[in-house]
Amino acid sequence: MCGIAGLFIKDPKLEPELGALLAKMTSTLCSRGPDSAGFAIYSRGKGDLSKLTIAGPSTSFDIAGVAEKLATFIGNGAKSAVRYSHAVVSLRPEDVAKAEEWLTANHPDVTVMSEGTSLEIYKEVGYPDDVAKAFGIAGMAGSHGISHTRMATESAVTTNGAHPFSTGADQCLVHNGSLSNHASLRRELKREGIRIKTENDSEVAAGYLTKQMQAGQTLGEALKSSLDDLDGFFTFVVGTEQGFGVLRDPIACKPAVMAETDRYVAFASEYKSLTCLPGIEKAKVWEPKPATVYFWEHN
Amino acid sequence: MPSIDLSKTSVRELNAALHKLKADTNETLWTVTNPNGEHSIAAGVDAPVTINVQGSVGYFCGGMNKHANIVIDGSAGQGVGENMMSGRIHVKGDASQSAGATGRGGLLIVDGNASARCGISMKGIDIVVKGGIGHLSAFMGQNGRLVVFGEAGEALGDSIYEARLYVRGPVAGLGADCIEKPLRDTHKAELMELLTEAGEAHKIDIAEFRRYGSARKLYNFNIDNAGAY
Repeated sequence: MCGIAGLFIKDPKLEPELGALLAKMTSTLCSRGPDSAGFAIYSRGKGDLSKLTIAGPSTSFDIAGVAEKLATFIGNGAKSAVRYSHAVVSLRPEDVAKAEEWLTANHPDVTVMSEGTSLEIYKEVGYPDDVAKAFGIAGMAGSHGISHTRMATESAVTTNGAHPFSTGADQCLVHNGSLSNHASLRRELKREGIRIKTENDSEVAAGYLTKQMQAGQTLGEALKSSLDDLDGFFTFVVGTEQGFGVLRDPIACKPAVMAETDRYVAFASEYKSLTCLPGIEKAKVWEPKPATVYFWEHN
Repeated sequence: MPSIDLSKTSVRELNAALHKLKADTNETLWTVTNPNGEHSIAAGVDAPVTINVQGSVGYFCGGMNKHANIVIDGSAGQGVGENMMSGRIHVKGDASQSAGATGRGGLLIVDGNASARCGISMKGIDIVVKGGIGHLSAFMGQNGRLVVFGEAGEALGDSIYEARLYVRGPVAGLGADCIEKPLRDTHKAELMELLTEAGEAHKIDIAEFRRYGSARKLYNFNIDNAGAY
């Protein structure tokens, strides 16, 4: 099971509704994955600042305190803002590495959920409705976003085991399926210096994409390589600064349906999840083909 | 003429009402509005009634159908008409994967495209798809007929038994033990019968179809292997 939703806005007038629509789409998928839920929201930050989304080991952790200390330490106009159990620290791109070093040294139990100029990732254990409400997803504007509801199979139900997984600056991955060679691949990736924090199979897929891109592949090429190197079944949706991409395994085990109008492109595990979108009755609705990489991007 | 609005009534209540119908019921025309992609709409009906669904449905619509005539004025999710026994299901839009899976009888018509695994393990159902079908269709098909006006995806008829496949468009690839066979007069007559039932007779040239079926090398016991036991 597991459920995935994605929404790519074409009509800027719809951007203020991104969070509300994505939350509704995800809510419908609760029956596919009630264990945890996560949202990746892409919205342009102020100026050229980078955003570091961080979370502590539990919802009772004082993430606000850590974020404030971090912003003070960085200086140069760095600011922090809290959303439920996560905090976003806005800082200059050149200060990102310094901030990550500070976190590793002072708060190794704090996880960097995402980093980039547009992306913010919010994820937590619980029903998608409750998670969306806790983070106030419905009030968020943005150009595109992806979400996931998890039915855990390969690892424990924890915040860090929830999707989306960051794969690099402004990039993230959600996965529906199960990988069978994740243990050996995790060992290989760790040996090559890729940071993997959980026993989750999807995090290995995210780490794999990161490694391929560090080696010079584009995201599209990295996705194509995954068809050869990942053993198992999967539907992936990847978020990028410009949009999102979709890939299904060659057998297309996991469901996927897309809808497009002149206002948006949407992805969901089930058609039901798309019915909340404006103009869906007249949208072009189709299923992405297996082993084919699709991308929708803002120019 | 009962009309059920699924924005007000649950699918469970709808199906319970449909399951109560007897073969001699007078309530022979049902309308379902606002299906909203819900799963299992009109599954398990066992009465000669017509059910018009006004919109797109989720998984397993009309599953296990016996005798009913179900018309979906929209698209259908996975497994439309799965394991249907008899009756007729007409999808006016597209069908997702596993349409008509394991069906034992009746007729499934898809006006648009059907996705992967159309007619997987079909056991006697007839399926007419006016568009194309996806990969691994008619996988292990045992009986029944699959007619496709458009193209077929990879591995058509993989490990097929005795289902008969007629495809008009290009086939991306045949699965294990599936071969093309000559389209003889008996097959043309069979196609005409199916097209007539689907209301498509004389609209397209039957000679444009190609026939595919089992080479019977995979599932038949080979006497040369007797010594292995």
